[in-house]
Amino acid sequence: MSKENILPRDSRFPSGEARETSDDRTALMLNMGPSHPAMHGVIRLLLELDGERIKSSEVEIGYLHRAFEKHAEAEPWNNVVPWTDRLNYVSPLINNVAYCLAVEKLAGVTVPERGQYLRVVASEVSRVTDHLTCVAASAMELGAFTVFLYLVKAREYLYQLVDDLAGARVTTSYARVGGVKADLPPGFEAKCRAAFAIVRESIRDSDKLLTKNRIFMDRVEGTGVISPEDAVAYGITGPFLRSTGVPYDVRRAHPYLVYDRLDFEIPVGSKGDNFDRYLLRLAETEQSMRIVEQCFKLMPEGRHSLGPKDMLDASEMQDLGKAGRISEIAGKTARTCQTLEGVDCKEEVYGSIEGLMNQFEGVMWTWGLKVPAGDVYVPVEGANGELGFFVVSDGGSRPYRVRCRPPCLFTMAALPRMIDGGWVADIIATFGSVNMIAGELDR
Amino acid sequence: MIETKNIEPSAALEVLKDLKDSGYNMLVDLTAVDHSSQGRVPRFEVVYRVASLDLKTGLESAPRVEVRCEVGTEPVLRSVRALWPIADWLEREVWDMFGIRFADRPDIKRLLMYEEFVGHPLRKDYPISKRQPLIGPKAEPAEPVNLNKDKPRVAYE
Repeated sequence: MSKENILPRDSRFPSGEARETSDDRTALMLNMGPSHPAMHGVIRLLLELDGERIKSSEVEIGYLHRAFEKHAEAEPWNNVVPWTDRLNYVSPLINNVAYCLAVEKLAGVTVPERGQYLRVVASEVSRVTDHLTCVAASAMELGAFTVFLYLVKAREYLYQLVDDLAGARVTTSYARVGGVKADLPPGFEAKCRAAFAIVRESIRDSDKLLTKNRIFMDRVEGTGVISPEDAVAYGITGPFLRSTGVPYDVRRAHPYLVYDRLDFEIPVGSKGDNFDRYLLRLAETEQSMRIVEQCFKLMPEGRHSLGPKDMLDASEMQDLGKAGRISEIAGKTARTCQTLEGVDCKEEVYGSIEGLMNQFEGVMWTWGLKVPAGDVYVPVEGANGELGFFVVSDGGSRPYRVRCRPPCLFTMAALPRMIDGGWVADIIATFGSVNMIAGELDR
Repeated sequence: MIETKNIEPSAALEVLKDLKDSGYNMLVDLTAVDHSSQGRVPRFEVVYRVASLDLKTGLESAPRVEVRCEVGTEPVLRSVRALWPIADWLEREVWDMFGIRFADRPDIKRLLMYEEFVGHPLRKDYPISKRQPLIGPKAEPAEPVNLNKDKPRVAYE
């Protein structure tokens, strides 16, 4: 794009009148997607073009609809957690936590404090992976392939952490109703700090490559602009809203878990353009890492989930049992391997007959967890904005209705407003900064 | 923390307009619940959730409000697109998933499902194992799995 083709900033997003085509030119309809290298996942943009200029556009979604909400009605409460992994698959831990918080609120239970800190650690690591992916992918689409490699490499270290924590890189299912799957694995904190050092270095490198780069800035500065009023009217939340200067963050506005005890800043932008969103995401990764580091300091000892009684290492318990010192292990629970999968807390399941029975009942149809009748809406700060779960129970062993409020649906609905009147090439930058995750958008 | 208002569907637009005028500038969510398997009449409950966001502080200046109205399948609700533009997509989703019509949107389009789709999947009487693919084998599965015979929450075929 040469300099002459770029319109002055103000005339770029006319209010509508300036969009008419001159008489001797005809408009061209162009289908962008559903399969298009820049349309992450599958989404279709219908564009009406006057040359390179977008006269009007329409967004068509639903290509990745997997009936999450319908499936959730047919599964026991805890079995919905793995489905939530597949919503925003770049930050699945936040989805797990959000769903479990909603069900716990309805059931009137609170997870032990250590479990809450573990959920915060999981959520924030996930938020960093999400922001890194978004910046990496949108930079790559603008031609900055090196940045993509740097950031995705850094993300890989974080995925390794998630793997250690949850047993899977992407399909984590880490949170359960009543707690989390397991405590931190040995050496997690040191590994986490090492990974954060790599993330910080990669962000510094990307920052040097992009933030003052003329090629990059020409594409992102002043494109995809939205005003704070419009953003709020469209229900846009998260980094997208904050880029317009509104410091709305669910962690601050409706504190959940232990966020009210943690010290973090909410970075905001000023112009609401793609460049602000890029800077904001980089700034937010730093805040998320700060939160995780504080959690390591503040995290109390104790149980991470509701349930288990006094715990003893399984090997120690075995030795005591062999030596016949039964009185010392009476009433204690064996602490077992962190990587065992399951619905209930595995220390309990493998350590006591009651735990085993509970587990068995928990997975039988028409048994298991029963949640009192009622409904509840719980919002959390997802990586893309306010992620809410509206959960309705009729008192049975499975949800009556689960509604997920996907943050990027609201941003996608506003996309035509941001791209209309601009250039085709700007779609790539704007769409990249939306960070559309089709799994969450289409559910 | 959340204020709930149960109102008549015909009054929904006025109530929501009053809320919007009193500073509720964000439609946080618009969704529905099908209560037909609990035998409630009318069968649907439509839930509007609004928030008033302070653009300076980023905090909410008043508690969130949930506006709930019970509706059937007949078009009694009116669209709130003029108040919050996002309602356009959310109403399309409610129509798509539940088949709830909006009085002033006679030619409303589906949002998530394709045009040729028949029925509304989040209704309780829509069988979870029903298949209607656009391409590929069209037949229903020979022996649909019923995992939940004792307490049918979802209709199986």
